Amino acid sequence: MHSDRAPLSLKIAAAAGLLFLHLPILLIFVYAFTTEEKSFQWPPPGLTLKWFAVTWNRPDVWEALGLSVRVAAIATILAMILGTLCAAAVSRTRFFGRETISLLVILPIALPGVVTGIALRSAFSIAEIPFSTWTIVLGHATFCVVIVYNNAVARFRRTSGSLIEASMDLGANLFQTLRHVILPNIATALVVGGMLAFALSFDEVIVTTFTAGQQQTLPIWMLEELVRPRERPVTNVVAMIVVIVTLLPILGAYYLTRGTEAVAGQGK
Amino acid sequence: MSAVSFANVSRHFGAVKAVDGVSLAIAEGEFFAMLGPSGSGKTTCLRLIAGFERPTSGDIRIFGESVADLPPYKRHVNTVFQDYALFPHLNVIDNVAYGLMIAGQGRKQRHAAAEEALEMVRLGGYGTRKPSELSGGQRQRVALARALVNKPRVLLLDEPLGALDLKLREQMQEELKGLQRQLGITFVFVTHDQGEALSMADRVAVFNDGKIIQVGGPEDIYFRPEVPFVADFVGSSNVLPEALVARLTGERCPAAIRPERLRLASDGPLKARVTGLSFLGLTTRVSFEAEGTRLTALLPQDAPRPVEGETVGLTWAADDLHLMRAGA
Repeated sequence: MHSDRAPLSLKIAAAAGLLFLHLPILLIFVYAFTTEEKSFQWPPPGLTLKWFAVTWNRPDVWEALGLSVRVAAIATILAMILGTLCAAAVSRTRFFGRETISLLVILPIALPGVVTGIALRSAFSIAEIPFSTWTIVLGHATFCVVIVYNNAVARFRRTSGSLIEASMDLGANLFQTLRHVILPNIATALVVGGMLAFALSFDEVIVTTFTAGQQQTLPIWMLEELVRPRERPVTNVVAMIVVIVTLLPILGAYYLTRGTEAVAGQGK
Repeated sequence: MSAVSFANVSRHFGAVKAVDGVSLAIAEGEFFAMLGPSGSGKTTCLRLIAGFERPTSGDIRIFGESVADLPPYKRHVNTVFQDYALFPHLNVIDNVAYGLMIAGQGRKQRHAAAEEALEMVRLGGYGTRKPSELSGGQRQRVALARALVNKPRVLLLDEPLGALDLKLREQMQEELKGLQRQLGITFVFVTHDQGEALSMADRVAVFNDGKIIQVGGPEDIYFRPEVPFVADFVGSSNVLPEALVARLTGERCPAAIRPERLRLASDGPLKARVTGLSFLGLTTRVSFEAEGTRLTALLPQDAPRPVEGETVGLTWAADDLHLMRAGA
């Protein structure tokens, strides 16, 4: 007989797995409140909120945060435009090399970040492009496009192709069809893709190290900070911020995609 | 002037001739059915009228105007799609009013017209629902209202009853026919269901391999098929091969005979072996094999019934053997 209840051993294993995944993150949060600033000592000798004030007054943190938000925002917008157009082309038309293009678009996310990073760095140096915010944006756009593209392609596939024909049949030209039918139907997919892309860009380290030059995004700043034994809990405070900033869009994306099956799978 | 006319129209997809030299004229106010198996070109013909496809060659006219270069949104035709294609993000009233909104009508005015169209398909008061909250039959009516509210000169229907269950389908057949009479709009209707085509249409065009095989009234198609394909596809007539017909009548062409016209007679000209019997209620269907040809007869309940394996004689009235001279 098949039982609905999981055996106790499986429950313990599952709990252990979840603890192993999330306890270290909790530890980071706890150290943000510790009074000991030079080494991570367990248990914390005392708890304090002063590191939040310290972090607030550190200009280097603000600078890194600003750069990260700027890069993530621009990369996301770029990805939303390019990813959607590409998804529309691949799922709405048939042309020679369509499957190849689809694969090439997805490839950057399968490549190790190191490879993408080195490739972009050599490309920038060959083209004699100086490192700037824009080189970071380009690096991030390579994988942000994939996220938006994947979301948009899935939605295009689930949206009945006859919707566009129905709209044109009812007198709407291409622009009116785009505005009244296509965009409303892919809007949630675009927002979700954008949110995930933003989160991905915001905590990216590897590609950034190769394309950033002297500038520091927030994750890079954290990496540098770890080797310096000064005001260590500031790093933890920043880590908390990064976790929250990346978690919120991912949660939002999760809630937005729930229950879209019924809407997008319409037809029969 | 014809509502829709095709002059030697072809639509090729690479090497595939989806529509191959079709000429036809659909009269104004006619209920016209395009009947054929899947892949026979009937749906492509409908899409050519709607403008979703452009002909590879030939000329298409709608009320005398050549539409070869007109995109779908500039043609005075509307389509009821096979999967209904209702906009999932709009409620029923906005779905129906979509065409009027695009045409620039105000909100109040177009909603009033849409509500009127919904009442016509007996869905008054359903305006605030989403398409996902409707049954298949209701979606079908919404799709119909959405097309009709624009007062098209030709209404195109692509297998509109295909996704409905049998009872609903029969009911919708009646309603469609009634609507067409009431509105006087030309209906062009694609189906693979011969019963549907024969019961609803004024005229039927039978398609096969991208060509029109025969055009005629339902009775012509049913009783007087011109070629074996029509006899076989429309209403499963028995098709007698040329050699057999030559021996029986001296004519050199295949012939069709309807199952209900075959009778048992010991002195009948055709000897056949009984291969199966099935009870259908009003009639009994009997399968035969005669000189390598399979035949079916529908015998009335009061007629003597043969037994399986027995060899019997078959006969018919001379009028009922329909010679297909065009199919020779």
